[in-house]
Amino acid sequence: MLNRQGRPTQSSAAATEQHATFTGNKALQQIEPLIFEIGHHETTGVDIDAPAPFKSRLGKHARKGEIGLPGLSEPETMRHYVRLSQKNYGIDTGLFPLGSCTMKHNARLNEKTARMPGFSDVHPLQPVSTVPGALEVMLELSHYLMTLTGMPAVALSPKAGAHGEACGMMAIKAAIAAKGEGATRTVVLVPESAHGTNPATAALIGFSVRSVPARDDGTVAVEDVKALLGPDIAAIMLTNPNTCGIFEPQIVEIAAAMHEAGAYFYCDGANFNAIVGKARPGDLGVDAMHINLHKTFSTPHGGGGPGAGPVVLSERLAPYAPVPFIHVEAGTPRLVENAADAPPGNVPFGRMTAFHGQMGMYVRALTYMLSHGADGMKQASEDAVLNANYIRAGLSDLMSLPFPDHPSMHEALFDDEWLKGTGVSTLDFAKAMIDEGYHPMTVYFPLVVHGAMLIEPTESESKASLDLFIATLRDLAMAAKGNDKERFTAAPHHAPIRRLDETRAARQPVLKWVKPAPVAEAAE
Amino acid sequence: MAETRYSKDHEYIRIEGDIGTVGITDYAQGQLGDVVFVELPAIGKAVAKGGEAAVVESVKAASEVYAPVSGEVVEVNSALEAAPGTVNEDPAGKGWFLKLKLKDAAELEGLMSEAEYQNYVKTL
Amino acid sequence: MRYLPLTDTDREDMLARIGVPDVDALFSDVPAGKLLTAPLDLPRTKGELEVERIMARMAGRNVAASSVPFFVGAGAYKHHVPATVDHLIQRSEFLTSYTPYQPEIAQGTLQYLFEFQTQVAALTGMEVANASMYDGSTGTGEAVLMAHRVTKRRKAVLSGGLHPHYAEVVRTLSEMANDAVVSLPPDVSANEDILSQIDDETSCVVVQNPDVFGNLRDLTPIAAKAQAHGALLIAVFTEIVSLGAIVPPGAMGADIVVGEGQSIGNALNFGGPYVGLFAAKSKYIRQMPGRLCGETVDSTGQRGFVLTLSTREQHIRRDKATSNICTNSGLCVLAFTIHMTLLGQAGLSRLAEVNHANAVKLADMLAGVKGVTVLNASFFNEFTVKLGKPAAAVVEALAAKGILAGVPVSRLLPKAGLDDLLLVASTEINTDEDRAAFVAALAEVL
Repeated sequence: MLNRQGRPTQSSAAATEQHATFTGNKALQQIEPLIFEIGHHETTGVDIDAPAPFKSRLGKHARKGEIGLPGLSEPETMRHYVRLSQKNYGIDTGLFPLGSCTMKHNARLNEKTARMPGFSDVHPLQPVSTVPGALEVMLELSHYLMTLTGMPAVALSPKAGAHGEACGMMAIKAAIAAKGEGATRTVVLVPESAHGTNPATAALIGFSVRSVPARDDGTVAVEDVKALLGPDIAAIMLTNPNTCGIFEPQIVEIAAAMHEAGAYFYCDGANFNAIVGKARPGDLGVDAMHINLHKTFSTPHGGGGPGAGPVVLSERLAPYAPVPFIHVEAGTPRLVENAADAPPGNVPFGRMTAFHGQMGMYVRALTYMLSHGADGMKQASEDAVLNANYIRAGLSDLMSLPFPDHPSMHEALFDDEWLKGTGVSTLDFAKAMIDEGYHPMTVYFPLVVHGAMLIEPTESESKASLDLFIATLRDLAMAAKGNDKERFTAAPHHAPIRRLDETRAARQPVLKWVKPAPVAEAAE
Repeated sequence: MAETRYSKDHEYIRIEGDIGTVGITDYAQGQLGDVVFVELPAIGKAVAKGGEAAVVESVKAASEVYAPVSGEVVEVNSALEAAPGTVNEDPAGKGWFLKLKLKDAAELEGLMSEAEYQNYVKTL
Repeated sequence: MRYLPLTDTDREDMLARIGVPDVDALFSDVPAGKLLTAPLDLPRTKGELEVERIMARMAGRNVAASSVPFFVGAGAYKHHVPATVDHLIQRSEFLTSYTPYQPEIAQGTLQYLFEFQTQVAALTGMEVANASMYDGSTGTGEAVLMAHRVTKRRKAVLSGGLHPHYAEVVRTLSEMANDAVVSLPPDVSANEDILSQIDDETSCVVVQNPDVFGNLRDLTPIAAKAQAHGALLIAVFTEIVSLGAIVPPGAMGADIVVGEGQSIGNALNFGGPYVGLFAAKSKYIRQMPGRLCGETVDSTGQRGFVLTLSTREQHIRRDKATSNICTNSGLCVLAFTIHMTLLGQAGLSRLAEVNHANAVKLADMLAGVKGVTVLNASFFNEFTVKLGKPAAAVVEALAAKGILAGVPVSRLLPKAGLDDLLLVASTEINTDEDRAAFVAALAEVL
């Protein structure tokens, strides 16, 4: 049937399948070869004049032979990457409910300020006298982070969340060593629900890991922690709100128990977006916590980075903060780059990275903080929590909640109990969401829940957006329960590419392009 | 005569004389999914009952293979390095991991028989 | 607040739907007395215009590299980045996407990672490269840990030509993990005896080329000696542009190559974000840290890309992972790979040639200044000069004259007795006028 404009009123998947194109392209969806297949070794998209003749000082070290890299002209380059971009889903495309990742709106004002030449075009080792504005940004950001967390110190330099974890745990190790307990306190407690980075970090720094069980309600109980405490325990690494989306009700008691046993409390701050302006880690007994500026403070995720992972530190750990840091003496900031120049009382444990950390991310995060203000940040956290609970309320009659007894914080966790017997897995369900125009939620994490689906809408979604999302998931859930298996197991049907063979990728890894061997000439 | 015993971690050990052939069960390979990599121990390595003897990886998981009994590694199935999919196709046959020279045959008593193992799997 | 779509009416409706009286009811698990009642002592919401003014005022207090004759290097370099690069990396689909865990809607990211890995492997002369580390320094730390896993030994030998910050990052990590490190003293003239440090307990030898003083080194004998003792050679670079002109580390036998990619596509950013490049021999692939992108096919046979060999990583292997790294340098990788695609080998070779030519010109001019000695026998775009006076004071005096002259060695190596040495870098951005101004001002100051 045609409507009055002469267009069919019902689209037909079968109809599009039949219209195979000559190019293989589908209108806006372009198949894009690799640069190695379209570029040439003699092509370049950058015009640089040859230098006047001069006497080389490379000596015997000059490169012999060619590198083996093609170039593209500028228009070819532009088209290549624009086409690639069109195969990606971003926050600006649609709802991105990736639990534990806080995919909130990335304001472009933050991009604009980060590109001001006074920030982007400044060298980390130019004279300190020529960068007072850079120090001001770092101090201002530190002030905000310390105020929001209620902690007395912050180490800015870690490059991402896991790097921040390493920094915090190194400070703990240094503090333990300073007390002469380095040889005995060697074990770190990590709940089973933790991010994989926590046990990996503890192991990286030479601790061994002991698992803390989670209770049936998704929380960690102080008695369970106490049962594991002893002279060998260095610290606990606990995420709060935890990875099940629950604020740990006994966190204050757990912190006290750790301190009483002479150990430390490392808090994974990945979920800080739930509580900014609502509760301060410093009031809960935290000794160290990293803050993912790329989550809570909206610096763009950029397809997997860069991030930034400043670590706030308690009074007990502050003296061990790594270089570099800024020390303010009589109102004058001084950049301390070497342990030998540290003010009295400071014993930096070392250095996390060359230079001063992720300045480009500091500027973006500070711009976010200035824009929101104290009131806006508090409202953002409240809205993030409200949105998650609204989704939970809209779905909990169809999808099963493993932990119904606690309100969710900024993310709602479902399990796959409700999919039992349908032949549809959590992964299938996630892939069907792609067909509906959504990025899937986090799946199969946390590990303590079978077939986990962790939904974090963030504060950036409108009520209308949430209503459509809920309606869509309800429709999918009904279909899954109604034996419409093909909609799931073969999904996604409409993405630029269908489900990929990950087994093949892992069994015979092809990690770079290799020039295909010329096809052998037919024998005479 | 060959007898096969099973661990709760889903390893099997097939006994021939004082040599036991160790692999993972059909149930275990099914739970893991497509095996993409197998890490085998060095020949001559002494392993204790319950200790890590090998590692088996699928796309999304990595699991230790524990020694069902104590012994010394006398042979490994290096064919798995190039063809890890054999573990999925024929876990009880060509998909074996390693052969152990048993240290204490009495340890076999703590393992399950074929029938006991099948009943155990039904409870999971 | 302009970023928050919910209206007060929405909030009331939603609370009613959830069945709670107010939003604080959702925070009922927060222990008694710990829920904040008063607003924190920070300013209130500000409009875009006001925020921009505040940030611009702070930015205005810094001296931007492009506003003065600029010769600062030592691990971060000012290069011209084509306008195309910054335009493309700001496309929403790149900027606001996540790590490509859902490959069907992330082929854009995955394909450029695959192309990037291929480019890095070609540039370094290695068999495989990963999808990036945070930066060159943290990558070097990871390379040492990887060598320990491969060799099952725990002693690293660090060349005295390694960037002091990089060496410090390695020492910090090693000290925490109780691994041994032998750090050779600063090696201004590239004549240290590193070979005699290699023994049967050595896990790896870490050598930078060009080294921090700008010298070019032949790594071949070090690779041979290391490998003869079952140790690995880790070759480090801080200036990727150099690989357009000099022998790549892979051709000299390096086992792992790690370095800083900032020079291509990325701004100075006062030290970050940057992009760590990491490449190795393919036999060590399962011990590599970080993400790897691989080629495969979809269910219809169409070529596609996925993250692969993930069982090395923290989200699966937890405390047995090869590294704790998760977020890496995605968007900086994109900037790098776009710029490298624009250059191609033809453009990169030319860029490297111009860098070298400019550095040679500057070195010759500085050598003509009374009291100045250029110390390097060979160099690429950076070299060390001896001033006969504390370099830090000279640099300050030149900064006061509007010239950013380089990095005093004492800033990287305080109390090392090298206070009169200055590291000077020159790239394609420097003009004849820049050089003339530098030389004239230096002559006045000395």
